[in-house]
Amino acid sequence: MLTQAERPVEHPSPPDAPAATGKRPAFHLTRQGRAAHVFLIPWLLGFLLITAVPLFASLYLAFTDYDILNPPEWSGLENFRRMVDDEQFWASVKVTLVYVLVSVPLQLGFALLLALILDRGLSGLAFYRSAFYLPSLLGTSVAIAILWREIFGDAGLINKGLALIGIEGESWLQNPSTALATLIVLNVWTFGSPMVIFLAGLRQIPDELYEAARVDGAGVVRQFAHVTVPLLTPIIFFNLILQTIGAFQTFTQAHIVSGGTGGPANSTLFYTLYVYQQGFVAFDMGYASALAWVLMAAIGAITALHFLVSKYWVFYGDN
Amino acid sequence: MTTTTAAVISSPPPVRQRRIRSALKHTGLLVFVAFMVYPLVWMVVSAFKPADQILTDPGLIPNDLTLDNFKDGWHALNRPFSVFFLNSLLVTLGSIAGNLFSCSLTAYALARLQFRMRKLYFAITLASVMLPFHVLVIPQYIFFSQFDLVNTYWPLLIPKFLATDAFFVFLMVQFIRTLPRELDRAAWIDGAGPFLTFWYVVLPLMRPALVTTTIFTFIWTWNDFFVPLIYLTRTQVFTVPVALNSMVDSETQSGVGMLFAMSLLSLLPILVFFAFAQKYLIRGIATTGLK
Repeated sequence: MLTQAERPVEHPSPPDAPAATGKRPAFHLTRQGRAAHVFLIPWLLGFLLITAVPLFASLYLAFTDYDILNPPEWSGLENFRRMVDDEQFWASVKVTLVYVLVSVPLQLGFALLLALILDRGLSGLAFYRSAFYLPSLLGTSVAIAILWREIFGDAGLINKGLALIGIEGESWLQNPSTALATLIVLNVWTFGSPMVIFLAGLRQIPDELYEAARVDGAGVVRQFAHVTVPLLTPIIFFNLILQTIGAFQTFTQAHIVSGGTGGPANSTLFYTLYVYQQGFVAFDMGYASALAWVLMAAIGAITALHFLVSKYWVFYGDN
Repeated sequence: MTTTTAAVISSPPPVRQRRIRSALKHTGLLVFVAFMVYPLVWMVVSAFKPADQILTDPGLIPNDLTLDNFKDGWHALNRPFSVFFLNSLLVTLGSIAGNLFSCSLTAYALARLQFRMRKLYFAITLASVMLPFHVLVIPQYIFFSQFDLVNTYWPLLIPKFLATDAFFVFLMVQFIRTLPRELDRAAWIDGAGPFLTFWYVVLPLMRPALVTTTIFTFIWTWNDFFVPLIYLTRTQVFTVPVALNSMVDSETQSGVGMLFAMSLLSLLPILVFFAFAQKYLIRGIATTGLK
């Protein structure tokens, strides 16, 4: 504060600042405000045109019947009523929930396990970290989805491998009970990015805590349960939220593996794939908007639930 | 196992025992790495195999090597793949420029300038990080199609120049907050306004945040499938992922080799990028949680 008062005396004022020190703060503020709004022109335009207006437009469209060629027609709750009897809608809800509930815990489990193994002063950390991380980097690409299609295809790598040990493989992708599993495997395969975050979290745990636990006679398991896990809960929580939201929005893999159909028998009809089909294949944009709002509500509710439950299991050091 | 680990904890193990344990650990990890990387290696090898051998022989050592898959795949669609690579490159570089420009301006204003709406704007930015893209995409599509911009790159690029990747704004704000404010003050005293201060003082110091933004914008845009799939329907404007998708649609049994060859090429820029930017990439996700 003192230096601020001294400043105009010692240094020349910025060219357009008034000489009178007393008036300066107010003027200063409006000048910064004007500059700030110039800086913020792109963001303000983007927020308005790319986010806010579309958000309200999509809320409106959710209550209309709209095929993009004719003007939207108000239909009230019809779109939402339609979902109740829409088998494909329920199929997509089920597929997405199963995928989230199975693949996210598995993926995070692998990530944590490998992070723990790599954390204990092992040589070659950089190599392993890169090797495990690479699939995360490529995992959401069309190229890898194509690769997956061939790996689990009738004459693919998996069946060839099974044949070597005398097991007859399956038509993994043609069978409704196994098609989703192949996509779960794909998501688990990309455990590298949460693993890197876990590794960074493990670094933060002070060695003294482990030493103290050792002095108290705690073995590896008890150290893990009473030191590592509690101190890592904020990171586990962070990864859980991130991966859950990501898994809800899975699209590319499902689209490529099923050729855009979500088949066989809707077994890979991810929710976002269904939104895409309704909106951009059938051009039923009113219904697609309603579906999108249900997705947003679901993600919002589940994220809120995560935060509520987190009070009981996430520990932030100081309290 | 439990008895030995307990012993290890209570007193430091003899060197020999430690060596054996470490060797076992490395062996296990290497087997796991091999298992994880096998699909990728299989794709690389298969791309060079004669098309009819790919699915009959899962081994990694090909009998004969051929470049036919690349030659055929390159011309599998009615335009050579070079077109799609150039399209992808254009979109990716444009997106990087857009994000660097718009997000850094926004972040500087939110992190350093004082004005009445600052907190509200920042809250909006944070909230929009959480907003699923699917609720916005339909009106956005209608909006861009009314301006007759479907099948152009504008719908892909305009949002990037308007700071809609809010995560990067947030990342940069957090970064700018770690820079000492005295630097800005000194510049103000020397007569620099907010624009000169931003350009000559803050922007050069933001280098690490800009690098992270560049890396992730590159990877995400290069891999992006959903947005180009929606906006780009004519072959000549396809990006690489959309072109690959369209190859899948017209796939025949002999097409696997071509698909693998082109898929492999589509991953090359990311692999090269990974080789060079690995350090920044790992640091980027470790500190920000970006994938």
